[in-house]
Amino acid sequence: MNTIALVGNPNSGKTTLFNALTGANQHVGNWPGVTVEKKEGQFEFNKKIYNVVDLPGTYSLGAFSEDEIVARDFILKGNPDVVINVVDATNIERNLYLTTQLLEMGAKVIVALNMIDEAEERDIKFDIKTLSQKLGTPVVPTIASKNKGIEDLVKNAISLMDKDVDYKAHISYGENIDSEMERIKGYLVNKDLEYPANWIAIKLLEGDQYVNQVIANNEDLKSSNEFKKVLQEIQDSVNNYDLEIVDKRYEFINNITKKTVFRPSEIVETKTDKIDKILTHKYLGLPIFALIMLIVFQLTFAIGEDVLGEAAASGIEALGGIIENYLISVNSPDWLISFIADGLIGGVGAVVEFIPLIVVLYMLMGILEDSGYMARAAYVMDNIMRALGLQGKTFISMIVGFGCNVPGVMATRTLDNRKDRMIATLINPFMSCGAKLPIYLVFIAAFFPEHGGLVLFSIYFLGILIALLMGKIFSETLFKGESSYFIMELPPYRKPTLRNVLRNMWDNVSGFLKRAGTTIFAVVTILWILARLPLGVEPYSQGSVLGIIGSFIAPIFKPAGFGNWQAAVGLFAGIAAKEAVVATLGMVYAGVEGGVELVNTIQSVFTPLTAVSFMVMTLLYTPCAATIATIKKETNSSKWALFTAVYTFFIAWVMAVLVFQIGSLLGFS
Amino acid sequence: MSKINLSNLHPGDKGVVRKITAGSYATKRLYEMGFNTGANLMVVKNDRGPIIVSLSGNKIALGRGLAEKVIVENN
Repeated sequence: MNTIALVGNPNSGKTTLFNALTGANQHVGNWPGVTVEKKEGQFEFNKKIYNVVDLPGTYSLGAFSEDEIVARDFILKGNPDVVINVVDATNIERNLYLTTQLLEMGAKVIVALNMIDEAEERDIKFDIKTLSQKLGTPVVPTIASKNKGIEDLVKNAISLMDKDVDYKAHISYGENIDSEMERIKGYLVNKDLEYPANWIAIKLLEGDQYVNQVIANNEDLKSSNEFKKVLQEIQDSVNNYDLEIVDKRYEFINNITKKTVFRPSEIVETKTDKIDKILTHKYLGLPIFALIMLIVFQLTFAIGEDVLGEAAASGIEALGGIIENYLISVNSPDWLISFIADGLIGGVGAVVEFIPLIVVLYMLMGILEDSGYMARAAYVMDNIMRALGLQGKTFISMIVGFGCNVPGVMATRTLDNRKDRMIATLINPFMSCGAKLPIYLVFIAAFFPEHGGLVLFSIYFLGILIALLMGKIFSETLFKGESSYFIMELPPYRKPTLRNVLRNMWDNVSGFLKRAGTTIFAVVTILWILARLPLGVEPYSQGSVLGIIGSFIAPIFKPAGFGNWQAAVGLFAGIAAKEAVVATLGMVYAGVEGGVELVNTIQSVFTPLTAVSFMVMTLLYTPCAATIATIKKETNSSKWALFTAVYTFFIAWVMAVLVFQIGSLLGFS
Repeated sequence: MSKINLSNLHPGDKGVVRKITAGSYATKRLYEMGFNTGANLMVVKNDRGPIIVSLSGNKIALGRGLAEKVIVENN
C-alpha cells in the first residue's frame, strides 16, 4: 500500500488536512522508543487505499528535538511514496525553510499551499506556476479547513508517486561551503550509507549531532584515518558554517519569493491584530483570560457534571440493576454477582460518570486551541509565571492537568527546553484532576453543604499555589542555572473547525477510556480481591488484607487527624487510581459504594477540620499510577517518576499535618 | 539607521535583523522561526512581558531575554 507523509510547520493546517483526508479512519500510537505520537490514517481514492502518516509539526528538520528526528527519519528511511509539505500561504518564507530541507534530503515533495483564502484576505498574491518551477516541486493551492483543493492535491500527489524525480532546484551555499561539500562527498562515494551523501555532507557542515554520531559509527568510514581528520576539521570549524548555511537557505527562498509572491507594500491590519489589541492588552489581557477560564470551568461542570453526569449516573445504576437481576436469574455464584455488581459496575461505573465532564472540558479546550487563543493565554500568563521562574506555556499544561494529569504531563511537550519542561511535569500533579472531584464532593456534602463552591474553589486554588511555589523552588534549586527562554508563534485567529475539535476531543477521551478500561479495571479487581482475602474474612473489614495494609499505614496519618485504617485504605487505593477512592471509602466505612450512607458515616468518623486536612492530603499527594507511568515515559527516567511519587506525598503530608495541627491550636474541630 | 537591541524598539518601529548574540540552540530556533539575518520586522507590542513582533504580518512572541540578543538595524 502506498504511503503519503505529511510534513509542515505547526499551525500550517497540516492536521486539518490530515483530518480531512482520513476522517474517522485514523489512529494514534507512538513512534518506537520516543514519546512522540504517531498519527496514521487511511483514505480511498479511485478505488485504491492509501496510508497517510501525519508527521509531527516542526519548523525545521534539525536534530534538536525528538519531533524533528522522528519526522526526518521517516522521510529518509520510512519509504513514503510521496511527501506532502503543507505550507501556510500567509507565512510562506518561513514555511519554505522546511521545504528547502526536504529538497536537501532529495525527498519526493509536493507542496500544498494552504490557507490560500487567508492570503487573499491579506492581499498576498502568488505566481504558482513559476513558484513550482523554481522550487522544482508541484505546488497545489488548498484550503484544508473548507475541503478545497484536496482532490487536486491528492491526484497530483498520487501521480508524483510513479514519477522519477530529479531535483532541478539547486541550493548554493556559497563557494566555500559548496567546495567543502564536494570534498566530503568524495569520501562518501561507494560507501555503505544510511542516508543520501549530499544530505550527509550538509548536515556534517551544520554540526548536526545526530548525523555526526551516525557517521562516526559507520563501519565503512571508520577505517579511513584521512576521513576522521576531515571530520575533526569540520567539527572545529562548524561555527563558521552552520549559520551561513541557514542564511543561504533563506537567500534561496528569497530569490524565489521575490519573483513569485506579491505583498502589498503597507502591512494590512488584520482582524487578528484588532482582536489582539484587546486580548493581549497590557491591563485587560489577564482578567479576560481569567474570565474565559472561569467560563470554561463553569460550563464544564454545569453541562458535564450536572446535566450529563447525572444522566450517566442513573444510566449506570439502571444498567447495574439489569445485570444483577440477570445474573441472579441464571443462578450465578454469589461471588460473581458481587464482583460484577460491586466491583466492576460500582468501580468502573464511577469512572464512566466522569466521561461527560471530560468530553465537555476537552471540547472547550479544543475550541480555544483551534481558534488560536491558547497561544495568547500562554503569552498573557508569561509575565506572572516568569516572576516565579516559570513561563507562559507551563501554565497551559497546568490547565490541561485540571482535567486529568496524564494529558497534563503530555502537554509539557510544548515547552522546548528541558528546565521548563521538567518543572512543568513535576508540578502538574498539584493540579487537582477530575477524578478527585467526587472525593471532595463527599466531604463537602458531609460538612460544608452550604459552601460547596467556595470550598472547591479554595482547594483548586491551593493546588495552584503549591504548584507555583514548588515551581519556583525547583527553578532555584534542582534546575538552577539551566537556560529558559520564551519564543512562541501567535497564529492568526481562525474559526475552529468542528472536525478538528471533535477529533481532538475523541483522541483525548479515548485515551481516558483506555486507561479506565485497563488500569482502573485492574485496580478495582485487585482491591476487590484484597478486600476478600484471606478467604472467609468479612469483606472490607480490618482483618482483610486491604484492612491490614490500611492499619499498617494508618499511624502516619495520625498527626494529620485521620489516623484510622479506613482512611489509609482509601488513600492507598488512590495511589493506584483516584477514581477508586470514593467507592473504596464507601466499602470500608459503610459497606456501600457511596451515597447517603457514606456521607453519614463520614460525618461520624471525621470532623470538619479533619475533613479539610484529608482533602488537602487528597489534593496534593502521590498522583495515580497512570500519571506516574506517563511521567516515566515522558522524562525517559524512572528516577523522576519515583521522585514525583515521593515528594508529592511528602508535601501533602506536611500540608495536611499543618492544617490539622494549626487548626486544632486555633480551636477548630 | 542604527543598530539596537530588539527589546529597545517601540511599537510601530521597523527594522532588519542584523545579528543574533544568543547561544547556538536559541539562535537556531530564532532562525527557524523567521528571525534570520536580513528579515524585516515590525514591533507590535513592547510594554509588559514578552515582546510581540510581526514578521511580514506573522506574529511571534519573544521573551525579553531573547529579544535583547537580537540586534536590529532600525529604519
